[in-house]
Formats: sequence, C-alpha cells, structure tokens
Amino acid sequence: MHPDFKATTAPRPTRRGFLAGSAGLVLGLYLAPKARASVAEGDFAPNAFVRIAPDDTVTVLVKHIEIGQGANTGLPILVAEELDADWSQMRAEQAPSDPVVYVNTAFGVQGTGGSTGLSNSYMTMRKAGAAARAMLVSAAADQWGVPAGEITVTKGVIAHEGSGKSSGFGALAEAAAQVPVPVDVALKSPEDFVLIGGEGVTRLDSASKSNGSAVFSIDVFREGMQVVAMVHPPKFGATVASFDDTAALEIAGVNAVRQLPSGIAVYAANTHAAFRGRDAVAVEWDESGAETRSSDEIARVFAEAARQPGKVAEAQGDVDTALANSAQVIEADYIFPYLAHAALEPLDGVIELREGGAEVWAGEQIPTISQQTMGGVLGMEPGKVAINTMFAGGSFGRRATPDSHFAAELANVAKAAGPGAYKLVYTRENDMHAGYYRPLTAHHLKAGLDADGNITAWLNTVANQSIIADTPFASMMKDGLDATAYEGSNDLAYDMPNTRLSWAQMQAGVPTLWWRSVGHTHTAYAVETFLDQVLLAAGRDPIDGRMALMREDRPRDAAVLARVAEMAGWSGPGMGDKRLGVAVVRSFGSYVAQIAEVEDRGGRPHVTRVWCAVDCGLAVTPDVVRAQMEGGIGFGLGAILHDEITLDEGGRVRQSNYDAYRMLRIGEMPQIEVSIISSEEAPTGVGEPGLPPIAPAVANAWRALTGKIPYRLPFGAEAV
Amino acid sequence: MAISLTVNGAPVTLDADPEMPLLWALRDELRLTGTKFGCGIAQCGACTVMLDGMTRRSCVTPIGTLEGADVRTIEALDGPEAAAVQAAWTDINVPQCGYCQSGQVVSATALLREIPKPTDEDIDNAMAGNICRCATYARIRQAIHQASDSLEG
Repeated sequence: MHPDFKATTAPRPTRRGFLAGSAGLVLGLYLAPKARASVAEGDFAPNAFVRIAPDDTVTVLVKHIEIGQGANTGLPILVAEELDADWSQMRAEQAPSDPVVYVNTAFGVQGTGGSTGLSNSYMTMRKAGAAARAMLVSAAADQWGVPAGEITVTKGVIAHEGSGKSSGFGALAEAAAQVPVPVDVALKSPEDFVLIGGEGVTRLDSASKSNGSAVFSIDVFREGMQVVAMVHPPKFGATVASFDDTAALEIAGVNAVRQLPSGIAVYAANTHAAFRGRDAVAVEWDESGAETRSSDEIARVFAEAARQPGKVAEAQGDVDTALANSAQVIEADYIFPYLAHAALEPLDGVIELREGGAEVWAGEQIPTISQQTMGGVLGMEPGKVAINTMFAGGSFGRRATPDSHFAAELANVAKAAGPGAYKLVYTRENDMHAGYYRPLTAHHLKAGLDADGNITAWLNTVANQSIIADTPFASMMKDGLDATAYEGSNDLAYDMPNTRLSWAQMQAGVPTLWWRSVGHTHTAYAVETFLDQVLLAAGRDPIDGRMALMREDRPRDAAVLARVAEMAGWSGPGMGDKRLGVAVVRSFGSYVAQIAEVEDRGGRPHVTRVWCAVDCGLAVTPDVVRAQMEGGIGFGLGAILHDEITLDEGGRVRQSNYDAYRMLRIGEMPQIEVSIISSEEAPTGVGEPGLPPIAPAVANAWRALTGKIPYRLPFGAEAV
Repeated sequence: MAISLTVNGAPVTLDADPEMPLLWALRDELRLTGTKFGCGIAQCGACTVMLDGMTRRSCVTPIGTLEGADVRTIEALDGPEAAAVQAAWTDINVPQCGYCQSGQVVSATALLREIPKPTDEDIDNAMAGNICRCATYARIRQAIHQASDSLEG
C-alpha cells in the first residue's frame, strides 16, 4: 500500500462532521454505529476514537490494523499525551469498519499502508485526547464549583489544589458525557510532551502476544462454524475444467466440496479434515489462458526491455551527449526476483452470513475496499458487511490487495454454501503459490565520468510490471507512469548534471503487489550499489563521495549519512576480514542511512553488525522506531541472502514452504545499533524505511571484501 | 479411537482421527489457540509446545502417538523460567506482529531450563527452529539474557 494512493471507487468523507481531506476532528461528530453499540453503560465516549469507562480505563479505537508496526501503541500515546492519562490505564481496540469516521485521509478510504498510520493520525488523535480532557475538566469544575482554569490533570488524576479535591477519570465519565463537545481545544507544545518521544513505554500488545492470548483471525470460532480449505490452480491464469470430489467426501469430517471462481473449496468440521480433503480433490485444469513462461524467461524479456529506451519519467540535461563525451562509461544490469511476503499467519478469515448481512473477522488492510468487494459478491450494500479487524500475523503489504482477492474468495465461500459461519484458512502452500509478489524487476544503469572522476551523466531504465495498472489504484498513475515501479530511482539526493530515468511497463500473468517498501526494494539496491561502483572507479570514498554529491536541498539525507559514519567510526571500508558498506535512502518521507559490517563465511556474506541512523521527524515512540528499523533490516537481509520465487518451465511456482523459501533465522541476525535524529518535523513512517538501505550496504561491503557484488539477487542466484 | 492424555495438567480424551496433528487438536478441539499454525512441516516453530518436558512441533505430531502423554501449551506454561521469559518479553517489547511469539516463548523457556546461563551461541542454536518474519531476533536474544539474569538474582 502506498501513501500516494487515492481510491477512485471509494466514498469520500463528506458527512458526519468530518471536513473532507482534513486530518482534524471537528465537533458534533457521531459515533459509527458499531462503536456506538460497543460503548458500555456509563462509559464516556466524547468522540469516535476515545472511550473512558467507570473503572478509569481509557480505550482508544485504532483505525489502522495492528500488523506489528505498533499502531496500537502509537495512536494511544497521542491520545494519552493530550488527555494527561497514565500509560497504565490505556487500552487499544481496533476500530470497526467505517469508511467515513475511520478514513485514512491520505487514501480517502479506511486503510493502512505506505507507512502513513502515525502521520495520518498525529493531529486527529491528539485533538481527540485534548477534547476528552477538556470535557472531564469541565465536568469536574461543575461538580466541585471551582474554575476550570485552576484544575490540573496529571497521570490520570484530575485535581484542584485550592479545594483539595481530586478524582480519577472514571468517576467523572458520566458527568463529562453531558458536557458539550468543545469547539476548539489547545494542544500541548512539544516541549511539554511527557509520553510522546519518551522512553520506557510498554507496547499495549506486548503482554498478550507473549502469553498466547492475543486473538488473530485464525483464532476466531463461531457457533456451527465450518473450516474451509482451497485448491487453487497450479499456474497463474489457469481455471477449473472439471473436478472429482469422491475421495475428498469419503474423508471423515469433510462436509461438502464446491467450485468457486478462484478454485475448489472443501468444507469440513475441522482444519485437519479440510486440509486432507484439499489434497484429495482431483481437478482437471484448463491452462489455455495461463502464464506458462518460466521466471528465467520473464527475466530475460525484462532485462532486454531495460536496455531499450523506455518511457521517460524524469530527465535533465542531455544524457546521450554527456555519455558520448565521457572519459569513462560504466554500465550495470540488475535482475531482482519475484518475492513472496510469506507472513507467518497465512491468509485467513472468518465470515458469518446471515439474513440481510454478513460479519467478518479478518486482517484486511483496506477494509473499505474489502467491504465493497464482499458486498458485490453477496449482493448487499457494502455497509451490510461489518468487518472486525483482527491482529494480523504479519502483512508486509500482503493484506492490502487492490482487488481484495481474499475477501472476495471468503465471500464466495459463504455464498456457495449459504447462511452460516466459515473459516477460510490457506495452507502455507496456498499462501506461497498465490502470487501477489514483489514484481520481478530489471534495471539498466549507465554513468559517465570525466577525466577528473566527476559524474557527468546518469542513466537508469527500469522494467517491471505495474502493481496498480487496471486496479482501483490506477488513479495514482500519471501520463502512463506508475511511480511505485521506480520510486527511489527518481528525485535522487545527488546532484548530477545530466540524468534520465525511464520505465518500461512489462506484462506477465503473475499478480504483483507492494512488498515492504515497494519500489525501494530494488531501486535502493540498484542506485546505491551502482553509485558505489562509480565512486570506486573515480577513486572516491563511499561516504565522502556521496557527501560531495548531496544536493543542497537534501540536508536530511546528509545528516543521517554523517550520523551513521560517526556511529561506525567510518574511515573507509576497511582492510581486514570484516569490511564495511554504506547506503542512504529516503523513502516514505523518512531518511535512513546504514553501514553494514560483513565477513565471508564459506563464500557467502555474514553480516555481523549494522549501524542505522534514521530521521523520521518527531519520533513519537522511539522504541517502536528502533524496533521497526531492526525489523526492516532483518526482513531486507533475509531477502538478499535467500529469497526468490521462481517459475519452472511451464509456469509452476517452485517454492511451496519455508524449506525452499528460506526466512532469516536468529543466527543470521546482526547486532544492530539505531540512532534517531532529534527532530520537531511532523512524524513520518517507519514501517518500511528501515528496509531499503540494508541490501546495498551489505553488497557494498561484500564488494570491498571480494571485489564483486551480485547483479542478480539473491546472493548465489545465477546470472540470466 | 479415543486417545487419553494430559493437556495443561488436566486429563483430556480426544475422539478424533489419530492422524490429526496435535496442533489442530489443541486449536480446533480444545480451543487452545495460543499455539499457532505457520507451515505444517516443522519449519517455522510457531506450533511449538512442551511434550513430556521437551519442545515438540505440534504440527507434525499425530495425536495417535500421544496416548498417556503430557502436553503443555503457552496458555499454561509454568515455572520460574516461563515467568522470567514472559516478563522480559514484555519489558523489552519483543513482539511485533506477535504470531510466532508463543513458539518463541516456549523454546526460550525450554532453553533456560536446560542452560540457565546461555551464551549468544547457545541462544542461536536453541532458537534456530523458530522463525520470526518480523525479525525480532535481536530482542529475543536480549530478552533471554535478561530473563536468565533475573532468575539468577
């Protein structure tokens, strides 16, 4: 999911007291129907985001899904700060599906992605907390007969020094509910922040995720629920010609087998029976419309396209003349594989179809689009499909699909079998074979140097499939260009006189999707390893050389680079058994520089340490920022060391499970030191920006060790 | 065929397909959902439980082999090591998405029962079978050391 996305088919926030496009909470707003229903007797619910119960607990309704990135901690901190609550009284709950009240104003629908969660809620949640505080204070002033201005609120205690009166929030909740919602409330100055930017905050979901009590979609059980497993086509684009369910129906616990648009569904009393039934269905497939090329063949076609003139996305000066006049020309061609997200919780969800409506429990990252999709399948208004957003066992982009294919399949499971409750669970093999991969991508780069080693020309052509073309997200495309396909290759921090970036939109039958940090997954590697190669040819130090190229209007890139150099004690890549490599990348509004220390273990890189400097504006929860940097580094490292999804001759996906598609394991995790640049700029995302620099930093260190880097990832993959 | 075993200290009789993996018996039959499904082939460790005092991947353990066995899951993991591990996990904010963490906590508890003062290498060896897709590994190491220290003191 991408921050520039605006859905074309989704409703706009136009009513219920929200200003269209505004991040602010305005007054007199109503609670969404579901939120209203869940407010208990005696609760104080000043707005759609905050509920205060008589027992003093403050529950924040979080409009974003919690996929590990810390939404259920970051948003409550914003409320608690302005409410002057004590952290121990804070609770988080996922907001119900409502495209208006719980809109992500960056998208125009309810959704999570593009590392927008915190920045999108920064003012909204603070205003929600401040309004609640003002109403509690007003109620206290009324009850105690004292001026509101003399009342203080500290760590959840409302007090009036003169009269000696004090109260918790809960005792005043009922009275506060009668107070008119204030028209405008002042927010704190950053220097008065107690929780924002502070250390020692325990994530609200840490305890439940350490004792097994956190509830994910797969943990939902409903009365009379059947478990459903799917048989999917073995090739992308194949369809069911015929099937024989005789053997499946003989398995104890298998109740029914149905054909759906996406394959064959097996309905059973439990998961074991459903999975056994899945394996027992015999299906004849129609492969006439299937993608039958191997990934090697697709890579060859894409690599060839990257060497042809593409559609120009960004250009300045005259690259061709500058290259022709260069003293030295350097070229490189890169291939990046398809990558699966491989979240540990496979795609799953529960639907209960009733007369006139449906209720869903799922980890849907864009519930508004899922509601519309499911409503379409079931022939009901989208609002009749209520989605309970559950904790998701990882997503990394996978649960934000423009076509809502999983939601559609879940709705079809219910539609084919009629009213009742159904849990659809993908096997790991279903999940890994389903596509929606990071696009296979080819880069062609060419740079010109003058006799003094200055870069005179920089050419980059990117060839890959568009994630968003022909989807509701297509409105993000401008002049036939999909910026998510090459983001990071454009608007470089480096001042170079003649540049041209082009894109070739490729076609393949393999569905593609945003994968944690989207285009930056490949552009950062291509740009930052190629730049290192060019600097090496010019005899420049990787950091000094980058610093000398930095544009004057990119001081934040330069600052993180300077910080990381200081952290690692950089004096060049080094000479011994361990070498250093560096990369700096701006993505999703945040700036991250990393230095990796790498050694050679049996011909493969082993990363021992990583230093990471990040500027994400104001760091609301520094520990979550550090955690996301650590996670991004591990996620990116696993990919360059191990991961590629390949299609064999004929088009079948070769990798089915974690044995063939390897995850980073604990012994491969480097020591990581993170430094956060102190900033009062508005907060920007951290879920994705930790990832892009690690791959080029490791490769650059590997070049310092061995003289070579892989131009086709992962490490060890053979060149096309 | 009914199978009698002990789960979290209580006697349980399972009347189900003996081929059913313990994972699905725990989740679907006993509604003990803290133990998670990740791969089904003992590659990810999300389904790790204690079986007769040792860690076991419940996704590849047919219940037919468990007559008289003693199973303990994340829901009833007990003893000082488990408490120390869970306290450190929360204190250090180890979990991100959290899906793998039941298995991580069970493996870490078993490690500390075996080696009260583990080195980084001990930790990497003992935890090698537990995948964390969010890559919380650095904090897992840190939390195991902290739990170990707290047991000593």
